[in-house]
Amino acid sequence: MGERRWAKGEERGANALLALHPSHFRLNWSKFMTNQNPHYTKHHPRWYRVRMPIFWWVHKWVHLKFILRELTSVAVAFYALVLLFQIRALSQGPEAYENFFAWLKTPLAIILHAIAFLFVIFHSVTWFNLSPRALVVRIGKNRLPDVVIAASNYVAWIIFSAAMAWIILTS
Amino acid sequence: MKKTTKPFWWGLFGAGGAMSALFIPILLFLTGLAIPLGWIEAPRYEALLALVKHPLTRLFIFALISLSLFHWAHRFRYTLYDGLQLKHLNELVAVICYGSAMVVTLVAGYTLWSI
Repeated sequence: MGERRWAKGEERGANALLALHPSHFRLNWSKFMTNQNPHYTKHHPRWYRVRMPIFWWVHKWVHLKFILRELTSVAVAFYALVLLFQIRALSQGPEAYENFFAWLKTPLAIILHAIAFLFVIFHSVTWFNLSPRALVVRIGKNRLPDVVIAASNYVAWIIFSAAMAWIILTS
Repeated sequence: MKKTTKPFWWGLFGAGGAMSALFIPILLFLTGLAIPLGWIEAPRYEALLALVKHPLTRLFIFALISLSLFHWAHRFRYTLYDGLQLKHLNELVAVICYGSAMVVTLVAGYTLWSI
């Protein structure tokens, strides 16, 4: 991949001497910084980048927390799939649902759900805490304080959770 | 200005993030932990089927499954991009992530439609 790009760059910068002119060079850097197309880098400045190790995020707690927060999406997708299988089993009849319920009781399913539960709680908390950054509510000229927006998320969370539990358990 | 599809995917990501943050913890706790472990009595099959057959419940479950997966697709895509630095596979990763979310959305739509 890298070699192919190099060949491309060589083709385009046909006059190598002109390409080495300092002003040209500076211009190309700024082009690179604002370039919209990541595949087109005229003078392949990729070569000057510092290589990042793949596990750059394990050494610092904030970085690890960032990756863990991003990985909560895997737990979210996991539950979405479990819910889909549950609906499918429900639609196939009592026996299929019994089998699905038996799977839910296996140690593997319990462990997976326990881990996923911790992750989705982490997802909810980080999501609600970030929501004031994404949502700016103004009343007249005043901006609603961040705490109020975050708190209203938590209140909604409690109310919806109670409503869900009530609907499912009393059905 | 160059048109991109980024705001569209971000919108699905945001909607899915909010919906999953509000509803998944309680649902996951009930169906995955409290009921299988016997802390709470399991609802009867007929009762659950009747609940799921309600059009509003179907709509809710469809939105929850679909948006949650688009939320995952967007977030996981950038986790691979930043975390594992699979930048050279950017397009492939995007197609696999959003594509699988679309496929599961279709399957969920069909399943919920044909209960």
